Amino acid sequence: MLKLPIYLDHNATTPMDPRVLEAMIPYFTENFGNAASRNHSFGWHAEEAVDYAREQVAKLIGADPKEIIFTSGATEGDNLAIKGVYEMYASKGNHIITCTTEHKAVLDTCKHLEKLGAEVTYLDVQPDGLIDLKALEAAMKPTTILVAIMYANNEIGVVQPVKEISAIAKKHGALFFTDGVQAVGKIPVDVNADGIDIMAFTAHKMYGPKGVGALYVRRKNPRVKVTAQMDGGGHERGMRSGTLNVPGIVGFGKAAEIARTDMEADTARISKLRDKLENALKQIDESYVNGNPAHRLPHVSNISFKYVEGEGLMMGFNKDIALSSGSACTSASLEPSYVLKALGLGDDLAHSSLRFGLGRYTTEEQIDFTIKAVTDTVLKLREMSPLWEMFKEGVDIDAIQWAHH
Amino acid sequence: MAYSDKVIDHYSNPKNVGTLDKASKSVGTGLVGAPECGDVMRLQIQVDEATGIITDAKFKTFGCGSAIASSSLATEWLKGKSVDEAVKIDNMDLVEELNLPPVKIHCSVLAEDAIKSAINDYRKKNGLEELVFEERIH
Repeated sequence: MLKLPIYLDHNATTPMDPRVLEAMIPYFTENFGNAASRNHSFGWHAEEAVDYAREQVAKLIGADPKEIIFTSGATEGDNLAIKGVYEMYASKGNHIITCTTEHKAVLDTCKHLEKLGAEVTYLDVQPDGLIDLKALEAAMKPTTILVAIMYANNEIGVVQPVKEISAIAKKHGALFFTDGVQAVGKIPVDVNADGIDIMAFTAHKMYGPKGVGALYVRRKNPRVKVTAQMDGGGHERGMRSGTLNVPGIVGFGKAAEIARTDMEADTARISKLRDKLENALKQIDESYVNGNPAHRLPHVSNISFKYVEGEGLMMGFNKDIALSSGSACTSASLEPSYVLKALGLGDDLAHSSLRFGLGRYTTEEQIDFTIKAVTDTVLKLREMSPLWEMFKEGVDIDAIQWAHH
Repeated sequence: MAYSDKVIDHYSNPKNVGTLDKASKSVGTGLVGAPECGDVMRLQIQVDEATGIITDAKFKTFGCGSAIASSSLATEWLKGKSVDEAVKIDNMDLVEELNLPPVKIHCSVLAEDAIKSAINDYRKKNGLEELVFEERIH
């Protein structure tokens, strides 16, 4: 029996793997020690557990355990990386390069630094969502200290050419930071092969607990340091003070281990389901897949269904299926997704988009149900859509003088 | 955000979806909103020229559930009213009936605009002066 509702919003968060929860439980009760308590066994046990998790997390990204700084999540990691580099390398320069489709945690951090005197270049992306490497090369300056480009995008799933980006940054003596939230645990990420200097990622996107993340900070070639953004006990090699979230970190470690061992099998299964879903929905007239299909995460599909509005579309099945829309009809601004707009999509297509994010527990039965529900709703709403009627009659919708409000 | 039962009902079983002959002299058509803003409403009225009574009303809407519900309810209210009564339909009546939250009030404003625009289209076709409405800030 198909159990409803179906969760297809795995880019927002993932359910915790039961194996992760099992690993965490003892660290709430019996093994509750503070990992910084050096004088008794409670502290030693906690420290041991944290060290083990640090190894598990490091192994997932090909790093040394000493290069892992535990944080509260990726927003903190993004802030610590960008602000920390800006402060630490102030004598070298003040120029940061990022791109327009970054997560708000990166964009707003950059905007904050602009007020403090940073110069920030926001690279546009190409219509397929990838950055233009020539534009990056052209934007590099002697004062560039940091290139901050995400590994994979949260809305459309496109995977940036990180190897090429890091090579350009290195050539010009800048550090390369990447927000790896959507990529780590889903596709192979190797900090050395990819040339990553700093990377933020988080547990809850890979079937771990919320409230714990990590910042990878390279220790060799080059040795990177970031200025701490919180003052305190000098934990995490002085870069992130605060008592460690031991149960969370233990869970993160277990989630990272499972992600590493199960990645190949998970990806093979999930990408097959994603392709089935996408191919079926592409059969609907005037539906468009957003983002470069060849450079994309295996579990994401972002599709615009022209002439129907995303929120109205979701209402047709949101008691049964949980997913996201690029329409921002609920927000006060009425602005649709800035990521889709950055691809050059008209606001109408951005308003008409749905993001499907599949996961470890997605089944074929759920996908079949979703295909039918989405298709039926799109067709039903088009019967109600004046724009669809005009399109069918050959009216040029773009030529109409719409009254903007 | 949870929708009210009335919004869900209009969305699931919209009343009066369809198209009237916009070339007909007895039909008034209002097309308001913009695709870029995520909502476009087309509302049409069929008027009995002898009595001035709206005998039929149809809509098509591109938009969220609240926009669809606002236009569906508006067509229900229009049927059987005289054109003069229809002018008086206020967006806040729609808000109240559908229990729309503040972020969705613009949907009701759009429906009111669609009604007025349809009435003016009908008046223009029949040699009547267009009514002037206060400019609203959406």
